[in-house]
Amino acid sequence: MIRWFKPVVFLACLIPLAVLGWKAYSGGLGANPIEVITHATGDWTLRFLLITLSITPIRKLTGRLWLIRYRRMLGLFAFFYVTLHFLTYIWLDKFFDLHDMLHDIAKRKFITVGFAGFVLLIPLALTSTKGWIRRLGGKRWQALHRLIYLSAIAGVIHYWWLVKADIREPLKYAAILAVLLGYRIAVWVGPKLSGNKAKALREPQVQIPEG
Amino acid sequence: MLIKKPADILSSEITPKNLYLNRRKFLAGAAAVGAVGIASLSVGKLVSPSTTAQADAKIDGIKKSSFSTNETITPYKDVTNYNNYYEFSTDKYEPAGLAKNFKTRPWTVTIDGEVDKKQVLDVDTIIKMAAPEERIYRHRCVEGWSIVVPWVGFSLSELINKAKPTSKAKFVEFTTIEDPKQMPGQRGHVLDWPYVEGLRMDEAMHPLALLCFGMYGEALPNQDGAPLRVVVPWKYGFKSGKAIVRIRFTGSQPQTTWAEMAPREYGFYANVNPNVDHPRWSQAKERRLGEFLKRPTLMFNGYDQVASLYAGMDLKKNF
Repeated sequence: MIRWFKPVVFLACLIPLAVLGWKAYSGGLGANPIEVITHATGDWTLRFLLITLSITPIRKLTGRLWLIRYRRMLGLFAFFYVTLHFLTYIWLDKFFDLHDMLHDIAKRKFITVGFAGFVLLIPLALTSTKGWIRRLGGKRWQALHRLIYLSAIAGVIHYWWLVKADIREPLKYAAILAVLLGYRIAVWVGPKLSGNKAKALREPQVQIPEG
Repeated sequence: MLIKKPADILSSEITPKNLYLNRRKFLAGAAAVGAVGIASLSVGKLVSPSTTAQADAKIDGIKKSSFSTNETITPYKDVTNYNNYYEFSTDKYEPAGLAKNFKTRPWTVTIDGEVDKKQVLDVDTIIKMAAPEERIYRHRCVEGWSIVVPWVGFSLSELINKAKPTSKAKFVEFTTIEDPKQMPGQRGHVLDWPYVEGLRMDEAMHPLALLCFGMYGEALPNQDGAPLRVVVPWKYGFKSGKAIVRIRFTGSQPQTTWAEMAPREYGFYANVNPNVDHPRWSQAKERRLGEFLKRPTLMFNGYDQVASLYAGMDLKKNF
């Protein structure tokens, strides 16, 4: 791929934040700015999680193997936006009221599950470097990074549980996630059912990302 | 407790509705990008998208009310662009645009059930039943945000007295119009249409309960419930039905929309109560639109004078 493409993707991933920043600066966040910031950072976390999870299926199905080079960056952007989402919660929403937050996390199911989804991503972000892949070894690194499946499920449930009545939006995310996870299940289960036919798909999928 | 003496001047006289300096913009800007400076009022923002000719109609002869709070009134722009009005959309920013061409005339209201005589009244007849008053009320949404609105209307009891309910009437039920052609939200099944809300008779007869047809000195904008709504300031906002076409008196408790749809989460009473959480979130605090820090939510939204209506009732059970 062309060399300058990666920086372009990197900048594109920052557009949602730039839009939010511009709206905040120009007064375009509407009547309840904190709600808008909370929802936008949450939405983009889910979107980046789904985009990250779609890299492997798209690679396999289209043969565009170079896509792997973008997976780590996209996953880290999911972590970036979830961190902003979490900061919005502790700063703008709870204003560092620790007691209130602990109460929330323990008592509010949607916050419990959302918080769990966030915590699950922390080790993935920390071990996203080449050095950590080497230290853990490909197999173990890959096993650890499967936590993203749980995190994405937690994220979608978090969204689902917080809406009052209109579940159409969370349903869209749930449907896409179901397809992406369904692909992986098919890849795991398929060969077992049909012998060696799909053996290739079962091969270890760890690739050390370049750059 | 927070019922202070009423403001001396009508809000409509002191606040040109489109010229509030938006404090929240400033706060949001500062919070999100660390910018310190006065948010500029862009020309686009000055023109409210919702002001149709009808909504601009000034209401004459508005009296002040001793029920009004003197807390800062929420800017007109926010009250008209941030609306929970599922008949139009579940997105709070959409009703302002989607309700623009909603027809509020001709409009009739059917008054039936346990009454001496069923009546179908023109909304303009109802509006003239009593002198309009400005009631500046706190309005607390079950979602945890609140606003202060200068409503215009008169006590619901004025209408009820004229409707002459029989002795069998124990509750009043308010039905919102069902018109999917005009209300895109009703084309989906997010809620069981039409929207129904209700009050116990003594609640409906309490002078604070308002039959409302205006705000900020003018006719109600469509997205805020035109042409006729109720406002029950000590209850969560969803109890205050909008665009009412039917008022029915009943002997038994009405089957109200949210309480039917999620009985564990929304009760018939729905009194603002910081001590009874929504199953999924706390009700102890609220964000007043325009303020950065949350403020504590007050029992009965600060309208302590209604407490006697619930004497002896377990408000944790009857939430």
